[in-house]
Amino acid sequence: MPEAITTSGLTKVYRAGRGKPSLRAVDHLDLIVPEGQVFGFLGPNGAGKTTTIRMLTGLTRPSSGSARILGLDLFSDITRIKKRIGVVLEVSNLYDELSAFDNLMFAMRLYGVSCMERAARAEELLARFRLSDKRDTPFAQLSRGMKRALTIAAALVHRPSLLFLDEPTTGLDVVSARSLRAMIAGLGKEGITVFLTTHYLEEAERLCDHIAIVVNGRVVAQDTVAGLKASVQGEPVVEVTLAGADGEVEIKRVKAGADLAGALRTALDETSAQRVIALNTIRPTLEDVFVKLTGLGVETMLAEKNGKRQGNAG
Amino acid sequence: MLADNLRGMIYIGLKDLQAYYLKPPNISWGILFPFAFILAFAIRNPGDLRGLIPGLLALTILFGTSSMEAIVIVFERRIGSLERLLLAPISLPALLAGKLLGGIVFGLSVTLVVLVIVLMVFGATGINWMLLVLALLLSATAFSALGAFVSVAVREVFEAQTLANFIRFPMMFLGGIFVPVTTLPLWLQVMARLLPLTYSVEALQAALSGEVFMAGVVDLAVLLGFTLVLFGLAVRVLAQRLG
Repeated sequence: MPEAITTSGLTKVYRAGRGKPSLRAVDHLDLIVPEGQVFGFLGPNGAGKTTTIRMLTGLTRPSSGSARILGLDLFSDITRIKKRIGVVLEVSNLYDELSAFDNLMFAMRLYGVSCMERAARAEELLARFRLSDKRDTPFAQLSRGMKRALTIAAALVHRPSLLFLDEPTTGLDVVSARSLRAMIAGLGKEGITVFLTTHYLEEAERLCDHIAIVVNGRVVAQDTVAGLKASVQGEPVVEVTLAGADGEVEIKRVKAGADLAGALRTALDETSAQRVIALNTIRPTLEDVFVKLTGLGVETMLAEKNGKRQGNAG
Repeated sequence: MLADNLRGMIYIGLKDLQAYYLKPPNISWGILFPFAFILAFAIRNPGDLRGLIPGLLALTILFGTSSMEAIVIVFERRIGSLERLLLAPISLPALLAGKLLGGIVFGLSVTLVVLVIVLMVFGATGINWMLLVLALLLSATAFSALGAFVSVAVREVFEAQTLANFIRFPMMFLGGIFVPVTTLPLWLQVMARLLPLTYSVEALQAALSGEVFMAGVVDLAVLLGFTLVLFGLAVRVLAQRLG
């Protein structure tokens, strides 16, 4: 499968003032993003996810290393790359004063979409993102979910082959986030490569074909969702639901190696239960993978994220 | 690439006009402020009102171009929308030129309104029109570049306003609007020669007095020089800030 993104030793060091230590935000990042897939880029706060997106989209110059985007060199072909990528940063950053329609029209003018095509394309995107009835509403007056959807629509005006989405559902209500996830899944099915960063592991698990986990600016694991889960799967565990004579239900977990029947018998012997009413195989979740690789609890990560957002708001 | 940059520059300029400049408070402020200032001076020192016209025009261009220009870039940087432009397939100089364009078009538009009023009152004879057009255009470009430089040099909108006023107000008093530069003490004359407004006022004086084109050529060249230096500095500072 051809690659949409490959990086080799990509590094970003932010130089601090005199006497202060410099910050190595991304450290020799090696990444392969297959074309036409939804690729999840996960990591705790400060792992270098946003800096990586900023480097790959030409917003920040890498300190060292190399990268190819859609077969083009990041350093020498950045203008051609920009014509073929769409970028949605963490902040919905369209123009408050312009209407939904005018924001899309401006984005199309900037990307050189032909004037014959612009109005129809804008209407098409508004319809697709269920914003047709907000066509003439200024961006400032849209709800947070609508702003996010319109920002994604604006990144798609020029039909990019590769879309970068930085935390697309952060801060959205459940309904808006769900609707946005459906849209992102739709993009993946259309063959657009989606490079997605998110703090929501369930979201990544549901949307992504491939996932890379980054810690301290380095990729610590990269595989399909199934591959990552398999990597942390130890001896299979089965959850046994047992019922006693008095109807009391008890749940036990048993290691189910080669002798599952023996394990079940032992479980039954250890209790007063008389029969097995359910058996469930316990599989590792992406959260298990993440916790194992990063050493961080998901709650810690989300708390850090919320802290960062509050800090920003202040 | 050139076509991309040109297209991007024009549409950024038009977008800025639509989103920021063409708002009623901006238009009324852009026209009323210079009139109010000149009127106050004329009431205090009644005399040859015609002599104040170059200063009135220069003041209108200065505030018309630089007031919004000085805050637009820093404002967009703060809310994140400047990144939309940085992600577009255009160069950084083209992006900044688009920002300048919005200021230039707005500054010239309000100046045109003031000019029409002035010509209706004082008459339109004895004017070197070519020199006048070039003086207005190069003044607008230089002041817009000054605004852009201020906007990229600071991190907050209020800092931009403070810095812009820190530069503009001394310029107003030293630039020959109210008092001819030649009547100032020598050290103030030297300072006045470092300010673009001085050359704008002189070029406009030459144009409105109907002097030959060559009388304003040096002023026009200096205004062009200010534009190039300030624009170059703005591009460089913004590139550094973006890392």
